[in-house]
Amino acid sequence: MSEPILALSGLTRRFSTGGGFLRPARSMTAVRGVDLQVARGDIVGVVGESGCGKSTLARLAMRLLEPSDGTIRFEGQDVTHLGGRALKSLRKKLQMVFQDPYSSLDPRYTVRDCIEEPFRALGEPVPPGRVEDLLDQVGLPRSFAESYPHQMSGGQRQRVGIARALAYAPDFVVLDEPTASLDVSIQAQIIALLQDLHRQRDLTYLFISHDLGLVRYFCSRIVVMYLGSVVEVMEDPHAAPRHPYTRALMESSFVPDPEARATIVPLEGEIPSPFALPQGCPFAPRCPRVQDRCRSELPQPTATTIGRVSCFNPIEA
Amino acid sequence: MTVTAPVSGLLPALRRSAPVQAFASWKGGVAGTFLILVVLGALFAPWLTPYGFDVQNLPGAFQPPNLAHPMGTDEFGRDVLTRILYGARTSLSVSAVAIAISLFCGMVLGASAGYFGGRFDRAVMVAVDLTWAFPEILVALMLVAIIGPGTTGTLVAICVAYLAQFTRLTRAQVMALKSETFVEAARGMGASNAAILFRHLLPNCLGPVLVAGMLATGDAIILEATLGFFGLGAQPPTPSWGGMMSSGSGLLFKGPWIILFPGLCIALTVVAINMFGDALLHKLDVRERVRTA
Repeated sequence: MSEPILALSGLTRRFSTGGGFLRPARSMTAVRGVDLQVARGDIVGVVGESGCGKSTLARLAMRLLEPSDGTIRFEGQDVTHLGGRALKSLRKKLQMVFQDPYSSLDPRYTVRDCIEEPFRALGEPVPPGRVEDLLDQVGLPRSFAESYPHQMSGGQRQRVGIARALAYAPDFVVLDEPTASLDVSIQAQIIALLQDLHRQRDLTYLFISHDLGLVRYFCSRIVVMYLGSVVEVMEDPHAAPRHPYTRALMESSFVPDPEARATIVPLEGEIPSPFALPQGCPFAPRCPRVQDRCRSELPQPTATTIGRVSCFNPIEA
Repeated sequence: MTVTAPVSGLLPALRRSAPVQAFASWKGGVAGTFLILVVLGALFAPWLTPYGFDVQNLPGAFQPPNLAHPMGTDEFGRDVLTRILYGARTSLSVSAVAIAISLFCGMVLGASAGYFGGRFDRAVMVAVDLTWAFPEILVALMLVAIIGPGTTGTLVAICVAYLAQFTRLTRAQVMALKSETFVEAARGMGASNAAILFRHLLPNCLGPVLVAGMLATGDAIILEATLGFFGLGAQPPTPSWGGMMSSGSGLLFKGPWIILFPGLCIALTVVAINMFGDALLHKLDVRERVRTA
């Protein structure tokens, strides 16, 4: 692999809550010790259940949240604690598309205002015709430039969100569940648009999703997270998973073909509270392949034929 | 209209602006016309009336409304209409200026308290809530007692009496708005705190806060009149609506018009302000704007 465009190492983020009159403050680890390298041109999918820290990871990579520990390198430069002007110029190369197209656009901004905002935020003039070009690229009629978000559908708004993210011609785009709040038919359109843009503009994506089927279709690598940690990295999205959690996720996705439909065996038990993580492997309480060792020791990532897995008893290929 | 042509020009922009739109509605039109007439009357008082507001004419005292004095004369023979026109200057300007200052301070305080949170927020809210623990009139009376009666005292009193309301309203709006994704998106694009406050948060809470300010102006006119009624407002011979009612209250049976007309003016102005504020509230809501494209 050539030099990665984004390299996270040991990235950790803790949140503390409470701290009331009679309650001590508690702290939870939303992301712990994540190592991840994204090569230029890659589409890396991050999957996991809600609350596993994937959105927090996206915001850490975007420098919207400060990491408690670890480093972020972008194009070889350490950007973990970048501030001021340097952070602003990083923002030009690093953009984000948000999950909810309803709250990610200011209701008082026209489409033109939204798309021009990245330039205004950095105090730079808007290149003439840029808004119209971007509308063409995301497949919206130019007449939408003076419309307000409330006059558009969810899919159209998400296209505006994508146009805004591309306004500065970034190299790297974080997509935080960009299709999760859209209808299935619209999801397909947005994914097709993202694929086109990826090809045309030589982009790199970090794609956050909980839809493993979509990630397997769209991404070139898959990162599976569970309770803040990366449990498996799959270089080949269509390979058979090694981690019992990845397999459980895959088995729980619905298959449209009734002939191929198998009985879904749901995972037993609840996700442990992130405030009180169990000793050892966080997946141990729910794991069908659990051993004694899993409850006391934290498995370290080990290389597999398709990537790496953090498990003492991985599924053999 | 071609799409690339900039949609500019003062006139169309003015026509689209919320106050003008509010005016176009039935309710807003009636109320707005009345308010404009009152303001014009106050501005052009010296040219509208042949009498002076402080010229006494004792033989002509207690005249009921007639052609020469459409609203009659008071106990010193002064023309009531003239005094109402001049009184509007005091009542309206003191209330409007006081509310404008209060609104500005409240918005800045509330927005920064809501946005930055923490200790600053707590300090601001404690200070502001202290004034909210008492009825407005009590706060106002206390302040006038400290500063002394007159227009300055009334102005400060009204300012402080309504500050809590505006601060709390802006703060609540900003706190709700700052967790919206578009604020996070703006930060992701490199926008500064000031840009987020002034380009996203304040414009989005401007509508409700402005309307609250408009409605409070109505209340402030009553508060100013109340202070005037107690003799704590503008001092004689400067007329104010509250002061006129105060002197008329003792002469209710001898000359009911002396108290009736300023009272009517206060009531109608307050109703008109509320009606216009209501119409404005509807038009300020972007979601009610129909698609023009």
